[in-house]
Amino acid sequence: MVDVTPADAVPPAEVGEVELYHPHSWWTKYVFSQDAKVIAVQYSATATAIGLVALVLSWLMRLQLGFPGTFDFITPEAYYQFITMHGMIMVIYLLTALFLGGFGNYLIPLMVGARDMVFPYVNMLSYWIYLLAVLVLVSSFFAPGGPTGAGWTLYPPQAIMSGTPGGQDWGIILMLSSLILFIVGFTMGGLNYVVTVLQGRTRGMTLMRLPLTVWGIFTATVMALLAFPALFVACVMMLLDRVLGTSFFMPAIVEMGAQLQHNGGSPILFQHLFWFFGHPEVYIVALPAFGIVSDLISTHARKNIFGYRMMVWAIIAIGALSFVVWAHHMYVSGMNPYFGFFFATTTLIIAVPTAIKVYNWVLTLWRGDIHLTIPMLFALAFIVTFVNGGLTGLFLGNVVVDVPLSDTMFVVAHFHMVMGVAPILVIFGAIYHWYPKVTGRMLDETLGKFHFWVTFLGAYLIFFPMHYLGLMGVPRRYAELTDMTIMTESAHHLNSFISIMAFVVGFAQMVFLFNLIWSIRHGREAGGNPWRATTLEWQTPQTPPAHGNFGKELPIVYRWAYDYSVPGAKEDFIPQNVPGDFAPSREPA
Amino acid sequence: MAVVLVLVLIVVGSVLFHLLSPWWWTPIASNWDYIDNTIIISFWITGIVFAAVVLFMAYCVFRFRHREGNRAAYEPENKRLESWLMIVTAFGVTALLVPGLFVWSRFVTVPGDATAIEVVAQQWQWSFRLPGKDGKLGTSDTRDVTADNPLGVAPKDPNGQDDVLVQAADLHLPVGKPVKVLLRSIDVLHDFYIPEFRAKMDMIPGSVTYFWFTPTRTGTFQVLCAELCGQGHPLMHGVVVVDTEQDYLAWLGQQQTFAQLSAPQQSGSANQPPGKMMASNPGVAANPKLSRSAQ
Repeated sequence: MVDVTPADAVPPAEVGEVELYHPHSWWTKYVFSQDAKVIAVQYSATATAIGLVALVLSWLMRLQLGFPGTFDFITPEAYYQFITMHGMIMVIYLLTALFLGGFGNYLIPLMVGARDMVFPYVNMLSYWIYLLAVLVLVSSFFAPGGPTGAGWTLYPPQAIMSGTPGGQDWGIILMLSSLILFIVGFTMGGLNYVVTVLQGRTRGMTLMRLPLTVWGIFTATVMALLAFPALFVACVMMLLDRVLGTSFFMPAIVEMGAQLQHNGGSPILFQHLFWFFGHPEVYIVALPAFGIVSDLISTHARKNIFGYRMMVWAIIAIGALSFVVWAHHMYVSGMNPYFGFFFATTTLIIAVPTAIKVYNWVLTLWRGDIHLTIPMLFALAFIVTFVNGGLTGLFLGNVVVDVPLSDTMFVVAHFHMVMGVAPILVIFGAIYHWYPKVTGRMLDETLGKFHFWVTFLGAYLIFFPMHYLGLMGVPRRYAELTDMTIMTESAHHLNSFISIMAFVVGFAQMVFLFNLIWSIRHGREAGGNPWRATTLEWQTPQTPPAHGNFGKELPIVYRWAYDYSVPGAKEDFIPQNVPGDFAPSREPA
Repeated sequence: MAVVLVLVLIVVGSVLFHLLSPWWWTPIASNWDYIDNTIIISFWITGIVFAAVVLFMAYCVFRFRHREGNRAAYEPENKRLESWLMIVTAFGVTALLVPGLFVWSRFVTVPGDATAIEVVAQQWQWSFRLPGKDGKLGTSDTRDVTADNPLGVAPKDPNGQDDVLVQAADLHLPVGKPVKVLLRSIDVLHDFYIPEFRAKMDMIPGSVTYFWFTPTRTGTFQVLCAELCGQGHPLMHGVVVVDTEQDYLAWLGQQQTFAQLSAPQQSGSANQPPGKMMASNPGVAANPKLSRSAQ
């Protein structure tokens, strides 16, 4: 047994504190605020609002798939616009923005013991540019021709051609512009998160004492800063192809009998750039979820996270490896087939550090004192869905198995389970966990239980059977599943069932939204540390924390974030800023 | 306790669903049963891991749920356990990867006796080209596409004159003969996918991609486009008929060659610069296998 973080001496302060910018008016306090906590709420609210749009879009496409031919207004054009906007919104504007802009802003300064982000003004700009990106995206719904229907991967040439909705109208231009704005805004926020973690930690908060939430968000941000430029470049080039008629991604093409002016470009180049961003993006969403769920499990099982150092190294290993696996999205793209050997190997290697994380979560439960609170329920559901979705990733990552399954509903089921359902379950758990800190009140538990059970079981019933439609060969991105010889009658019934479940799960989210709003005024008073947790955000003098977070004196950190149930200690938790040596029992190894 | 019950039910239900539900792959019609076997291996390994992890969780929740006076153990690390788990996982992953890569090497290695045929996609239909008596496909270029030459076959390439063109109609193939499918698109990305053959590959304008397979039973199979290609994508169906040798030859005899189809236009296109033909054969000339099978 190794003592992971000896409660040793605290280093002296190296630099004095710098006074924060203090708001002078209602506008600078609540609207153009430089307080990371306000920016976090702004990010979260905007992401949730645009996420609701994406939820409604998913209902519309499920109406078409579950009950084909019943809803005349869902033309193929409209269907493709729905899937494109649904995918892009969920991945970029909801998940990325909520995890990094929302949770990152709220939790990083509080958890590392800083008064705010290192560059508060740039942090504020980050949100407003994000909002602008969202507005540009939404404007495409009202533009002539409607939003783009190119699929969220925006593959050229079709993305900018007339056979695709929005290809020769405003849709694709607004989409690309919005992404460029998002990346600009994100970069401003992202630099802040990285610098704050590296430079803004309070005395005694060594890197190996950081809560895993911070490790997850930090690593994801570093990855995003390296990955988003690839998407940025791809967007700029495609915009030039579309607007100025250049040929970065456009070869010689005959469209509907007419020779186009393009020549010599490479559609595959776009795919490499897109997935060089797109695969790290999966982990940009997953790593914050990994970090947060580690802290939820540890806190609510009243037990230290098992194998903390291994967990940190696994996060870093996953982050690094995820930059050399991108072409596993392109096994059947027509790239050189010998790439398959390399990318299948790297992809399956990622399974090892990922599996270690799963083992350590369930081993944290082992000999714990498991409180089945709502955050814990969501954490357990996360493990189930993440393991399920991760394991189907071993099918798709294994190049030859991907050949029949690629571009089928199996892929849709896999990535929804692993990067849709699983991270969103963590988001819900995290909201139930930190809502008391943000508002000072608890969310209603009965509504929470209803929300949990319907969301978890409903989502599993949506996506688990869907794999088998893909195994049957049902392709994804089909606006109509008519005249398909491979599809049996019962497969159509299964689709109807999935659609009904999608509505049920969607309804549960309305209950959740009601709970969020109702509990602001009517929730039970939470107090400063309702979960009796160790990390610094629960040790603030006020709840919700005031501007500057920690009152007069910054906390000094004496221990790691996981001193739960330490033998010999009176309480079953010791906050990070409590001094004193409670030596853990040293069992023989 | 509801949580424990639900976790167990998820495992039992998922396994039963897998075993009993009527939704499964279509009966195979090509030599790629290797791929099906790899999928079966994957189902076994991943299924065991899924059941083990979720059942272990269920046990933990049952055994270590909070009761008055309980206190959790304090155990930051266990190096030996962590190493063992890592080794076991690495073994499992290797057991998936090795057969997978073995089958992949077969998938990318086209047998020498495979006949090259060409599939040409455009929004939103399939056309096909088979080599004529000379056994060679003529070169092609998107720039050669006209109303009279919708596949863009190089008009002056002698190898292309006897190519059999099947435009927007069904393709027939003889059973039991390996085929190398050369894939070409003249507009956007498409993907030639027949679920019963298990194989698929994207088609990219400006390049020629390929895969190979051997049809193993006769029948009529639906071609699906598996890469989003615009609003007509879900209706881009085609048909491939796998025939006995005699039926195939009978069908082949009814098809027309490029020369026959473009006879009136031949003189019109004769004054094209001769250099163009040479420069415009990205796929065929670059493929030594194809010319070998032609001799």
